[in-house]
This record gives sequence, structure tokens and C-alpha cells, in this order.
Amino acid sequence: MSTANSAVRLAADIGGTFTDIVLERGGRRLTRKVLTTQQRPEEGVLDGVRLVLDDAGLHLSDIDVFVHGTTLATNAIIERRGAKTALIATDGFRDVVEIGTESRYDQYDLSIEKPKPLVPRALRFTVPERIDVHGSVRVPLDEGAVAAVAPSLRAQGVESVAFAFLHSYANPAHEQRAAAILKQKMPQLWITLSCEVCPEIREYERTSTAIANAYVQPLMDGYLARMAEALTARQFRGAIYLVTSGGGLTAIETARRFPVRLVESGPAGGAIFAAQTALQLGEDKVVSFDMGGTTAKICLIEKGEPKTARLFEVDRASRFIKGSGLPVRAPVIEMVEIGAGGGSIATVDALKRVNVGPESAGSEPGPACYARGGMHPTVTDADVVLGMIDPQRFAGGTIRLDADRSRAALAQDVGKPLGLSPETAAYAVHEMVCENMASAARVHAVERGAVIAQHTLIAFGGAAPLHAARVAEKIGVARVVVPPNAGVGSAIGFLAAPISYELVRSRHTRLEAFDAGAVSSLLAEMSAEARALVEPGARGLPVTERRRAYMRYVGQGHEIPVTLPAGKLASNDVPALRAEFEREYATLFARPIPGAAIEALTWSVTVSTAPPAIERAQPVTLNTAAKPRGTCAVFDGRNETMIHVPLYRREDVRAGTLLPGPAIIAEDETSTFVSANFTAHIDNAGCIVLNRKPSGT
Amino acid sequence: MTTQSAPKLIDLQIMWNRLIAVVEEQAQVLIRTAFSPIVRECGDLSAGIFDLRGRMLAQAVTGTPGHVNSMAESVKHFIRHFPIGTMKEGDAYITNDPWMGTGHLNDFVVTTPAFHNGKPVGLFSCTSHLMDIGGIGFGPDGTDVFMEGLSIPMLKLIDQGKVNETLMAMIRVNTRLPVDTEGDTYSLAACNEVGVKRLNEMMGEFGIDSLDALGTYICDRSREAVLAEIAKLPKGTWHNTMRVDGYDAPIDLIAAVTVTDAGIHVDYTGTSPASRYGINVPHAYTTAYTVFGLGCVVASQIPNNAGSLAPLTVSAPLGCILNAPKPAPVAIRHVVGQMLPDVVFGCLCQAIPERVPAEGTSCLWNLIVRGETQSGSGRNYGFSMAITSNGGTGARFDKDGLSATAYPSGVRGTPVEIAETETPLIFWRKELRPDSGGAGRTRGGLGQIIEVGSGIGTPFEILAAFDRIDHPPRGRDGGHDGAAGYIGLKSGKVMRGKGFQEIPPSDRLVVMTPGGAGLGDPHTRNRGRVAQDVAEGVVLAAGATAYGV
Repeated sequence: MSTANSAVRLAADIGGTFTDIVLERGGRRLTRKVLTTQQRPEEGVLDGVRLVLDDAGLHLSDIDVFVHGTTLATNAIIERRGAKTALIATDGFRDVVEIGTESRYDQYDLSIEKPKPLVPRALRFTVPERIDVHGSVRVPLDEGAVAAVAPSLRAQGVESVAFAFLHSYANPAHEQRAAAILKQKMPQLWITLSCEVCPEIREYERTSTAIANAYVQPLMDGYLARMAEALTARQFRGAIYLVTSGGGLTAIETARRFPVRLVESGPAGGAIFAAQTALQLGEDKVVSFDMGGTTAKICLIEKGEPKTARLFEVDRASRFIKGSGLPVRAPVIEMVEIGAGGGSIATVDALKRVNVGPESAGSEPGPACYARGGMHPTVTDADVVLGMIDPQRFAGGTIRLDADRSRAALAQDVGKPLGLSPETAAYAVHEMVCENMASAARVHAVERGAVIAQHTLIAFGGAAPLHAARVAEKIGVARVVVPPNAGVGSAIGFLAAPISYELVRSRHTRLEAFDAGAVSSLLAEMSAEARALVEPGARGLPVTERRRAYMRYVGQGHEIPVTLPAGKLASNDVPALRAEFEREYATLFARPIPGAAIEALTWSVTVSTAPPAIERAQPVTLNTAAKPRGTCAVFDGRNETMIHVPLYRREDVRAGTLLPGPAIIAEDETSTFVSANFTAHIDNAGCIVLNRKPSGT
Repeated sequence: MTTQSAPKLIDLQIMWNRLIAVVEEQAQVLIRTAFSPIVRECGDLSAGIFDLRGRMLAQAVTGTPGHVNSMAESVKHFIRHFPIGTMKEGDAYITNDPWMGTGHLNDFVVTTPAFHNGKPVGLFSCTSHLMDIGGIGFGPDGTDVFMEGLSIPMLKLIDQGKVNETLMAMIRVNTRLPVDTEGDTYSLAACNEVGVKRLNEMMGEFGIDSLDALGTYICDRSREAVLAEIAKLPKGTWHNTMRVDGYDAPIDLIAAVTVTDAGIHVDYTGTSPASRYGINVPHAYTTAYTVFGLGCVVASQIPNNAGSLAPLTVSAPLGCILNAPKPAPVAIRHVVGQMLPDVVFGCLCQAIPERVPAEGTSCLWNLIVRGETQSGSGRNYGFSMAITSNGGTGARFDKDGLSATAYPSGVRGTPVEIAETETPLIFWRKELRPDSGGAGRTRGGLGQIIEVGSGIGTPFEILAAFDRIDHPPRGRDGGHDGAAGYIGLKSGKVMRGKGFQEIPPSDRLVVMTPGGAGLGDPHTRNRGRVAQDVAEGVVLAAGATAYGV
């Protein structure tokens, strides 16, 4: 295999609308965007790959590594296009996924609907068996009852089955035995075990995760098999990797077993892209800000590593509200997503407040200025009226914008009800959407115990560069970076991801009764299993291991990850574990609780290859005097006047040239707004960097 | 309507949003640091910001309705006891007085003044449910409030950053769960501190030195919006009587709802007198759930604050169960208090039937259990836990009711695996209860069947606080009643819906939560939905006859 630098690497990101292809060789990149072919997505990928290979004058046989991310699994769940799936649960627990959290995600709305389980009640079976919290068998598995389910499954044409028994994370024996019995009866059946896909405490999340895996498995397996076959037929001899929600790469075999881990891989690519930019620039604390047409996603990145979580929701029923989706417990790059994008619609609510999103005009009919029938003002319309977007050159001039329609829509829906001019209404919309994003970033940072103002904001996605400076002002951030190639950021991010796998398992242990031997052997077992999943993909590359315990004070409900020392644990490690937990706790919640007992619920082992080495960009020599391409009139809402702002083209500006704000740096894909509080330059990595001016200037 | 300049107006709107974000953050800190399982797993808490006049400006929507509005009143009591001029930076105040707080001793309310540039500008307040506060425990059996546990009058918890150790020692020694209770007290104070910090940042950013203008803007806009919604309603007075089980005798909850251009008033004249046992409701808590029910129907999109709450008023004669004075026992006040939205809906459905659901389970069906642990290690008095569970909600005009879902409470259910980690109990069954949803054009939500026994061969105790066993949710407009609740032993003995009882080690507790009531003639129900209900087993052969199948 070639070394990292000379290797030819290809990445494909299948999105809902577009499939992005990136080819990288010796630090140079070629990119292509093609339409996603919904029914057989591999066709779109292969088309795009062919185009980019032609551009490069290469063949598939020249490719060393092919990295692949897809929203197929997510979309299958959202559109309910997965396999006919059944659940087999413990007797007495048929309805765990329907009972759910017993709560309402909107306290005041009497008309809410709960997320619809992927398995209807008629396909939820139970069998006598029971394991307790300690893993002891209370009721032996009724093997005859398991076998007796088979005829019903056959009769109903079930393709895939999830097993989710109570406390199976503590003792998997019953799930494993029951699966073996069923497999023997129905060899062609797809089977998911909750103890394998999610060996963690809390039955609702574990069952929901197992079901989601079972639901997408036949579809994903078919797709992955066809893709592998098509590549082999075209003389591809390299390695194929899939991107997981946790931001790592995994071999195709693992992806076929645990396809639920591929859900949310696209957004993960964006976060890795930002992390890669952070490493290039030597930025230790970063908040990534990805704003597209419908949503904005925010992620914290520390020392080049995006923050991760263990739970997310798919298919939220309404308005991004927590609790309105199906929970999936799997390692995931932790992001907040809010309904704030270029297409988000502005309204005036019952309280006469300007409200932006979460409803979006999407790309059809799109913002009013697209003149495709959109009658309501969007964030993009506000930006047009403010003068931040040049209507003639939007999307490289491919879409002509009609500023009059923007103005009319803003006047109608926002200006009139509040007695504001269209320009001031546009300012209100712009401010409000920036405030919403700033709030989301602030709350997210607090939940992670981070101080948002100490971060650098890395902005990408079509709408982010126009709003990043204002968001930065609101959260007190001193530096904003807009990297190049921001439009295909996810696919580029894929190329930077390590090959890795995180295994998580619940085993309840109190620190005061810490059994070092038992925990060490659990971790050793998990390590061996994770290595077996990573090593085929690593192809001899050295791997590293990180082990964590999810700990809390006895009686609390949320666990905090604590990194464990390397090697075998001993009972004299307990004071160090306590100290480390209390340090993390104080970071998050200001003060530890004196003398309270500590317990660990869950343990994780992550095995991963080293990420590709990233070269630090050389510092740039700053100099003044750049001639703008022209000026444009931008509305200054705070003073209610038009001001003339210098306009630059990104490709015209040489590295190091200082561009004091206010200024606009336009390019084909997007424009960056440099507010009066910032000075911009382009660095040696091609990034636009905005630094806050020293105060008082 | 406004004299502000356009940018000032936009600033006010943005600061309003910011305050809502700040109290959400305050609530999140509380959830993440709480010890009490019902707070951290179930969200039984609330948090809000108040101006110096005690007007609530914003409140986290994660809270439960019973906390939210009653907490709003309690801040006024704090200000009365500790005048703003005497407050110092770094202070925090506490009480669990049921009449000045949120209705029972288990709720600690902590209020913290916020200072900006050395001047007091507002107050943050929060409340959460602590698992044990001593006394006879969290059940309805006390016959006065003194039996129900430790009372904390209005006291200073933190004096300019210094914790009141005497009070902490008193709290620790008076609870079966000293570590948790002390930890929860700290977490209440910590979440307010986060709020204070954020408020300071906001005031610095927008260059304001008082919340007066913002507070007035928020309250005026909200009141106008609620009044605009009320203006769309028919005007008049509507009456309703709802009978519930009570402790030892049935209770009549009698309401008159009057809608005028000035607002909505609910009067509970005629309601049964206070009970001898701990199901009585302090007035603030009565107001809380009444206003919550009104809010869901009339103003669901308008955030809660002093302005939006002002047009919604409540009265109840002193001495009735909905305005029980000290020293009435009140520990389980939620069982009756949570019925009040249904009582109000019964009035409103006469005026706006399409916006109001049929009766539901309404009160939480929490299994409040305690007993020994195997080794006696861990908690110092064995275990004690409230395992949150729910019945079905009433059918809606165009949708079925929700199965196993809390309403009006906003708390989450306890995962079985978590309950089994923290108690030595074993759950043998927890699933939907077929045929429990009242038949109708739209069907009531289903209740649950729960079966639980000891895993270590010892007896355990339940402090039952269930209702709708003798008086199930009533159907509307031809819809059938929801199934009545049930509590008993697996061996067959029927148990009481209220009060302390023991489950022998060889037996199991069986609880069936009520189903929501149906709405409209079942024969007019969409046939496809009937067939689907039968196929899914939520309606059995017996139940299908109601639909003419």
C-alpha cells in the first residue's frame, strides 16, 4: 500500500440531493457534484467517480482508498422504507418502544403525535425468559417459545428481526441462544441482537437502536454488496471504508453488521473537515458552524477532536424538538442542529416578534428572490435586501435573484405587521437568525462545560460565511475561519477520518467496591473485540486504544466520560479515578459534591489508527493595501443607514493581504461578510481568517 | 403600540429570546446535576427568571406545570421576607413551605438575586422534587403537614458565597437520603448561579442596567397576545362537576369557567372540603394546574410569564380541598391538582368542543416504593424510589388519545432497568393494557399493566397515591369511559388506591393504569382504524363490540 502522501484517495458523500466526490492525490484535490440517484445510489456514485477519474486521468485501479459516507440509512428510517421487521422481547415487555419515555415533547400542544415505532405492535413478540440487573438468570429461556415465533414471522413475510431482552447487556446468553434457534429455523433471516449493537442499560434506547439496525440492515447490506461488486468489476483493488456517525471509518464487513452506525455520517464528515482545518491552523478550541439551506449544525472541537456523545435521535417529528424522534444509542459526533438556514422562513408571531424558521422554503419553491413561487421571506431574502448577496452572481451566476421580490415579501410578512421598512425588517430577520444560532452554540458549550468565547469559529456550508461574523460577535469569539472547498466539506472530512471502532458496554460498579480484576478483564475482552473489528481495515497500520468509564455520583442520572489509565487496572487506581472524575465534574458543574459515592455504569474502548498527519500551515506575512473589486451598498440596521462596503473576489486576494471590515469577500459558492469589528486576510492554507479588531478601533 | 426606535425594538425581541435560552440552560444544569432520580430521569423541576418586582419574565419549558406557576408566586414571598435592599451578591434563599413554595415539603425552592455592576437587577428561582424529606415518607397518610417531614421556613441558604452549614446539617439529619438531599440542594443553587452569569453577559452586550423596560415589553406583549386569543372565544360562563376517588370518600371538583374580554376566571365554589389526609392542594398549586389547562387550549404558543398568566385567574373558597390552609396535609397534592385541567376542559368543551380532549388519567400513577436492600449497604435506610408511570390521555377531537403518556404532568417515565439498578425489585410486566382506551369516534389512549415483585425475598412497601379507580375518565359526546385503574396483589387481593400498604415477599404487586376516555360515537369510527386496533391487539374481541364489530 502506498504511503499516505502518494496514495490516491477517493471520497463519496451521498446526500439527499447531491452526491459529492473528492479525489485527493499528493495534497491536491479534484471535486465533482452529481445528482443522487435515489433508487440505486451506487449508480450516482459510480458516475461521479468516473467523472472525477477522467478529470484526473486515472482509473479505478489506481485508487488506494475509497471512503464512503451515506444518508441512505437515515433516509430509509425517515421515509419508512426499511425492511419488514419484527421484535422479540422479554415476556411482559412487548411495548417498550411504544411506551417510550411516557412524556410529551411539547408541554402545551394538545395535538402532538408520538414517534411511530418502526415495528408495529402486531410484529412485536415476546418469549418467557428473564435476566436480572446482575446478569443472573431469573427465568430460563423458553426455547420452544422462540421456535414457535418462526411460523408467524414466515406468514407475515418478516425479513429482519431484532432481539431485545431486559438486561441483555449484563448477560447476552439468552439473546444469543434465541438467535441461534431462530437462525436454524430461518437461515435467510436478518438478525440483530441488542446486546451486540447496543450493550447498554436503559431498555427503551437499546431496543430502539436494535430495531433501527434490523430495519435498515437488508437495504444497506444490499447496497454495500452491490457497491463492492461494482467496484471490483471495475478493477478496484484498494480498500473500502464507510464513515460512521462517530466520525471513524469502518470496514465494509462491520458496516454490514451494524448499519445503524452509518446513520448521521454526513454531518460527521463536516465536523471532521472542521477538525482538520483546526489542526492545520493550530487552533485548539474550535466551534464548527455549518449552515446550509435548511439547518445550522454546531459542533465543539477540542485539540482537533470533535466532541462525541452516545445518543441521538432520528426522524424528529417536529421542529427539531428533543424527544420527538426515535432514539439511537451509538457513538456519534455531538452536534446541535437547529432550523436556521438560508431557506428558513421569517414570520411575525402572535407576540409580534420576528421569528425565523424552523419551516424552510427549501430549494423548491425556495426563497422569494428565486422567483419560483416562494411568497414568504427567507434568511436569503433578508441577506439580499441588506445588500450582502449580489443578486447577479448568486451561485456563480447560475441563479438570478430578484431583489424586488425579496423586498416585497419582507414588507408583506414582517415589515407591515411591525411598522418597519423592508430594510429594517431584513435587519431584524438577520439579527434573529444569528441570535438563534448563537443561543444554540452557547447552550451547547455550557452543556459540555466549555467557554464559548475562547473558541475559534470555523464556518462552512453555503450560508455560514454571511452570518459567521455576527454570530461570533454574539458569542464573543475573536476569530472566524472560512476554509476553502467549504461546499464539499463532508467528503473532504471523510478523507481525514481514522479507521476506528468504539465499543461500549454497561457494567455497574461502585468505586468503593471496585473489582479491578473484573473490570480489567471486561476491558481486555472489549479491546480484543474492537481490535478484531478495526485490524482488517487498518491493514497493518499501528492502532491506538482509548478506554473510558462513564461515571457519576451514586444517585445521579447523567454519566461523565473519564479517561482510564493505560494497562491493567489495579485497586490502587481508585483514588486516581475518583480525582479524575471530580476534575471532570468540576469542569462541567462548577463544584464536586464532597464525600459522595461514585459509580461507573458503562465502559468504552475505542481502537483507532492514527489520523493522517496534517501539516501546519505556514504563518502568512501580513501586508496592507488591497484594491477592492468595487463597492456595494449594505444596510446598517443599527444606525438605519446604507453604507458602502468594499467588495473583493476571493480569487483576487493574495495571501496575507489585510482587508479591514466592513467588507464582503465574494466567491462563486458563497460570500463572506466581514463586519466592522473584524479584519480579514487569506492565509497560506487558503482560508479566509477574520480577526477581531483590538477594541476601541 | 411602541415608542421604541426600530433597532431598540429588535434588541428587546432578541433579549426576550435570550432570557428564554438562559432559563433553559439553568434547567439543563439542574437536570444534569440533580441526585433525585425523579428530577434527573423524569424532569420534575422548573427554573425561571424574575424582575425585582417579582414578575416572572421567562421560564424553562422543561418544567412541570405544578411547579412553574406556583414557583412564580413563591418569588414574591421571597421578596417579602428578604427585601431586595437587604440582598447581597452571592446570596441564595430557600424554602419548602407548601403554601409559599410549590405545594408540598418535597419541593425545595431556591431563589438567587442577580447583580449587575454591583446593583440587584433580577432573581433566578428554581425548584425540584427531592426524594425524601423525612416524616412518614412521600405518601398520603399524614393527617397534618407536620407528619409529612422537615419544614424549612424562608431561610438564607448561602450568605455572600458562604453556605449555611447549620441548615445543611439540619437537612441532612432529617432525611433518609442525606447525601442525595444535600447534593440536590447544591445543584439548585448551582443552576441559579449559571443563570446569573448569563444574565450579566446579556446586559453587558446590550448595554442595559435594568430589566424594567425589557420586563414591561415581555409582559405587555404576552398579555396582549393572550387577550387576543381570548377575544376569539365565545363569552359566557360554563359549569362542570367531576367526581374523583379521594382518600376515604369521593371528592367533587366543581368549576365555573367565565370567559370575558378581560380574561378567563375559574371559580371552584362548591368543591368538596379539605380531606383529613395528604391529598389537599394549596391554592398556588390549584392555580398552577388550572392555568396550565387553560394555557394548553387558549394560548399554547405563548410563553409563560407574568404577562401571559395575568388574564387567567382562579379562586377557590378557603377550606375546600383546592384551597386547604396550613396545617392540612398536602404531600400528595398532585393527585387532585392534576385533575384540574380535565375539570376546566369539561367547561370549555361546551364552548369550543373541537379544541378540547375528553377526560384522561390525568394524575401520575407513580409507584412510590421502599424497602430493604439486600446487604443493608448503600442507602442508609434501604431503598426509596418513585417509579414514574402513566395511564392513557383522553381522545382528542380528531386524533386518538396518547397511550401511557403523562398529562398534564410533563415528567418522563422511569426505565425498568434503571429502577432495577436502584431497587432490589423485579418488574415482571410493563406493557400496554388492551381494551383500556375508551371507545369512540376517536379512542382514548391505553393504560399499562405493571407487575412487580421483590427480587430478594423481602417484603416491600407502596405508598399508594392513585385515583380514577372508582371514577374512571368519562367519555364525551357518545364516547365510552376509559378503563378504571386497579391496584392489587397477583394472588388476587384488591388493594386500596391510597395509602401505605405492604407487598408480601411471595406475592407481586399488580397495577393497571387507567385508559383515556373516548370521544364521539364509536360506530362512527373509521373502520380501517378499528381493524388496525384489532390487528394490533389494542382492542380485543370483547372491546370490538363497542364499535359494532
